[in-house]
Amino acid sequence: MSAVRSRLRRLPLHAAAGATIVVCLFPVYWMVATAFRPNRDIQSADPRPLPRTWTLDHFRTAVGTEGFGVFWRNSVLVTLGAVLLALIVALGASYAVARMRWRGRRAFVLMVFIAQMAPWEALIIPIYIISRDTGMLDRLPTLTLIYFMMTLPFTIVVLRGFIAAIPAELEEAAQVDGCTRAGAFRHIAFPLLAPGLMATSLFGYITAWNEFTYANFLIIKHQDSRTLPVWLSSFQNVFGTDWGATMAASTLFALPALAVFLLLQRHVTTGFAAGAVKG
Amino acid sequence: MSVIRERDVPRPLFPRPARPPAPPGPDTERRGWRHSPGRAWPYLLVAPTVLGMLYLLVYPLVRTVLISLQDFRLRQLIRGDARFVGLRNYETLLTDGRFWQVVRRTFLFMAVNVVLIMLLATLVALVIERLGRRGRTAVLSALVLAWAMPVIAATTVFQWLFHSEFGIVNQTLTALGFESFDRYPWFAHGPAAFAILVVLIVWQSVPFAAVTLYSALTTVPPELYESARIDGATAGRIFRAVTFPMIRPIFMLVLSLEVIWTFKAFVQIWVMTNGGPGDATTILPVYAVQTALSSQRYDLGSAASMVTVVMMAGVLVLYFRQMFRQEGEAL
Repeated sequence: MSAVRSRLRRLPLHAAAGATIVVCLFPVYWMVATAFRPNRDIQSADPRPLPRTWTLDHFRTAVGTEGFGVFWRNSVLVTLGAVLLALIVALGASYAVARMRWRGRRAFVLMVFIAQMAPWEALIIPIYIISRDTGMLDRLPTLTLIYFMMTLPFTIVVLRGFIAAIPAELEEAAQVDGCTRAGAFRHIAFPLLAPGLMATSLFGYITAWNEFTYANFLIIKHQDSRTLPVWLSSFQNVFGTDWGATMAASTLFALPALAVFLLLQRHVTTGFAAGAVKG
Repeated sequence: MSVIRERDVPRPLFPRPARPPAPPGPDTERRGWRHSPGRAWPYLLVAPTVLGMLYLLVYPLVRTVLISLQDFRLRQLIRGDARFVGLRNYETLLTDGRFWQVVRRTFLFMAVNVVLIMLLATLVALVIERLGRRGRTAVLSALVLAWAMPVIAATTVFQWLFHSEFGIVNQTLTALGFESFDRYPWFAHGPAAFAILVVLIVWQSVPFAAVTLYSALTTVPPELYESARIDGATAGRIFRAVTFPMIRPIFMLVLSLEVIWTFKAFVQIWVMTNGGPGDATTILPVYAVQTALSSQRYDLGSAASMVTVVMMAGVLVLYFRQMFRQEGEAL
């Protein structure tokens, strides 16, 4: 009796939870469902939640688009370049902040915090003009550099936390045993840093992979240097009403990000959220 | 022992009595690392970061200020002979009715988004906290999936959901008896396009806010709830008197982040409506880029960007004050 009552009392709660799940998942589901649906189903008067027949045609159309491979390669190159560069630079900076005492340290940390909140939306015009003046328009290294700067502050902040969490005594013991400071860092601290490196490169990867604005305004004439987000945003201009192909393209673009997030879900929902807020 | 102490001693006592002058070889290098040039190391390590920030953030910002004080159009872009005109561009902007409309719309857009995001995120966080383990995992996974959806992909999907003829929203509304939504062109009507953008941005922003607020909720000690319940407090009263004061710092941090992130809606607006129909979805960053890159008025666009920067800086100050109060030792 009381079990039924408590279940009834919890009904609104479960209804709210169910509604949250449906609202969160429906757009993602509808993207995938449309991508697998034949055209006559897409353009029918009564849509069904489940496709009657499945087709891979839309994926073939999307992959067969001119330049698809090139845009994919560009995106991967720019993303990897930016993430690796940010990791290497941030590793040095966060080690200096977490393990060394030097004049200007506090000012540097404050600068990093401010840079993390940089108004990128308001810097499009000068960066366009600077790139134009220095002949860096339409080139992938420009994008790599900008994405590097977008991800660097966050990477430093998070890595600093991870490095500070490793007891300095471990490295000092290694130094007593005859390791150099760099050697001690490489052999002792670096392996312990692996999760931190994973988390931060994940963030950088998502940022760089998704970036649209700069890719759109800095790559203008040279179409072969475009990246996937720009390609996707122009998909409708190319394919008009072919929503099946558009959704297939969206699915292909979103898949890596969705997969990575789901795999690392626990890190994302616990420490990562806290880290993002604390800066 | 001396190695451990070393970091605390400002200047290492280099000529140690026990050691003979170091012979050439790997050992010298090692000692050199730690001692005499050691004080330069931190600066070398942070140099790339500082240079990057100077060239990629400070320099563009200074350039924005300069261009906003110049007469800078297509001619000057090509020939590079811009001359300074003082505050003329700001005068032009501030006396322009359209600019003020855009500013008002920016604030409206920000207010609607932030209020909806914080309200929904708090509700979702409270729901998650009360769920059992399995339900909690399910809701968190759904949130993470929505969170992970790339901006451009989500924008494209929402365009498809609200498609006038074959979009699922119109078809569902029509099937439910709202005949007026049959082939309703959402993106042709200003308020409708504005509403869709708000829905899209709220859908993308709630997951982060909800997950963060939920992790703040888990830090509230359960004893507080118990004693409040024993005192006979209602659920609403418990939230106001116990829960909210405890999560308030994180709540304020998320709030200011969401305010700042309103400007990131540039991407969704640019892809979905390009600021249209008419001016209905034009907020400040969109206005700035349109003015600069579409009408080649780089000077006016930079001035509008500077207004954006100043607005963001105001919120940023609040954000940092909250953050340093939260963890003063962070620096």
